[in-house]
Amino acid sequence: MNKWSDNRAWWLVLPVVLIVAFSAVIPLMTVVNYAFQDTFGNNEFYWAGIEWFQEVLRSDRFHGALGRQFLFSFIILSIEIPLGIAIALAMPKKGLWVPFCLILMALPLLIPWNVVGTIWQIFGRIDIGLLGATLDGLGIEYNYTQNALDAWVTLIVMDVWHWTSLVVLLCYAGLQSIPDAYYQAARIDGASKWATFRFIQLPKMNRVLLIAVLLRFMDSFMIYTEPFVVTGGGPGNATTFLSIDLVQMAIGQFDLGPAAAMSLVYFLIILLFSWVFFTVMSYLDRAES
Amino acid sequence: MKTKALVTILYIVFLLLPIYWLLNMSLKTNEEILSTFSLWPQDLTFANYMVIFTDPSWYNGYINSTIYVVLNTIITLLVALPAAYAFSRYNFMGDKHLFFWLLTNRMAPPAVFALPFFQLYSAVGLFDTHIAVALAHCLFNIPLAVWILEGFMSGVPREIDETAYIDGYSFPRFFTRIFTPMISSGIGVAAFFCFMFSWVELLLARTLTSVDAKSISATMTRTVSASGLDWGVLAAAGILTIIPGILVIYFVRNYIAKGFALGRV
Repeated sequence: MNKWSDNRAWWLVLPVVLIVAFSAVIPLMTVVNYAFQDTFGNNEFYWAGIEWFQEVLRSDRFHGALGRQFLFSFIILSIEIPLGIAIALAMPKKGLWVPFCLILMALPLLIPWNVVGTIWQIFGRIDIGLLGATLDGLGIEYNYTQNALDAWVTLIVMDVWHWTSLVVLLCYAGLQSIPDAYYQAARIDGASKWATFRFIQLPKMNRVLLIAVLLRFMDSFMIYTEPFVVTGGGPGNATTFLSIDLVQMAIGQFDLGPAAAMSLVYFLIILLFSWVFFTVMSYLDRAES
Repeated sequence: MKTKALVTILYIVFLLLPIYWLLNMSLKTNEEILSTFSLWPQDLTFANYMVIFTDPSWYNGYINSTIYVVLNTIITLLVALPAAYAFSRYNFMGDKHLFFWLLTNRMAPPAVFALPFFQLYSAVGLFDTHIAVALAHCLFNIPLAVWILEGFMSGVPREIDETAYIDGYSFPRFFTRIFTPMISSGIGVAAFFCFMFSWVELLLARTLTSVDAKSISATMTRTVSASGLDWGVLAAAGILTIIPGILVIYFVRNYIAKGFALGRV
């Protein structure tokens, strides 16, 4: 759609710009401020240059958290995206069951994140949780507060439980937009199930899949509340992801300089990914029209 | 066909089991939770819920959360509607950059902003008020709302606007009387997402409040760390936080699939 050219449209955008500037730009400038300065208390600041950045980028602590973060996001994406597509394909297309399925599937998305954490914290306990007790009963040794691998498995299963529905709903919406005529044509051509999926359903879903991948990547990359409640970053620091580490540093230890430098690096990584996503999306938009 | 139904059913069972377990625990006494392991409450009790409904430090959490969530939804929609209209109808200087900049805010980790927010809102005297949390949540809700609404608005043909202007409608009158009703389902979806992301957020809500505007999620985590082991009450509080979600889903069930595709499919 070609649009009117009119710079007065800025007046319509102005309120958004003002509010977001207040709640994003000012705090971000504070962070930048801390990242380049050092303080010995009394609100006296000294220019520190890129000292904090060097310290953060060289520290093992940051490398560890970053590595764990990428591993976590990678595992999450490689489980949730295929699983979400599979379930969206399996869901009924129409009928009484559709709203029923949709409501039940959307349920985990609307539970406050700390309650999600609490649910799994309880669910996994050996003494009072169904999952923990069942595994224990089967003779499998499982203890997410002591064993690093168990903690990881618990967090991954929890995230799959929490967010796969988002992928399902997105893919389902994409599938619903395919006209019946396409399927009829595929039947006439004698296309196999796989061919139908590969050449009709997948291309129609690529747009929503892109949104799904982006949202899942971003949100798993910023995950804080759920692991904080379930494992608190432990055992040791086996599940200390970037956000947990950052909050510990900034609010726990009040190491403002390194925390601010780390925030900026963290933000830049995310910004890079959003830019790639945005470019791909506008490219797809142009290809469509 | 059978395997398909089985996959769906298994997935839904997987989703519901942990929630059932929480419900199960909320209806037990603490002694029963810790002493016997049972799939359903042997000794049904509503005492845990009574604790929450009679103790102000508990039920105020729900009231505070509701207040800031509603405030946030109103503020977000009021400013996002005109902005989304501008993005969907006009080319203006820097529009692409501005849109991208807005989206990056949806992607900013709240952990980055926790400390500066605390200092900013303390400095302007808004610390521990509902409006502070509502404004802070605008950070990620406004970009999302603009994005969703822009998708819905682009679906409305521009000829409608042109006809209305020719008929002598002024912009504000056209916008409120004709345009807004036409995209009411989009507004519903946007409001749903604002509600959802504001209701589930913990980190900012906890950082920006201490007593007067303390959210229910903050109340829950603080109770865990303080007394630790009142599992029954904790489970009951958790169940009560799910209920608003169920109500909201019920009202927007027909738009959910569409809304998750952000009106852009």
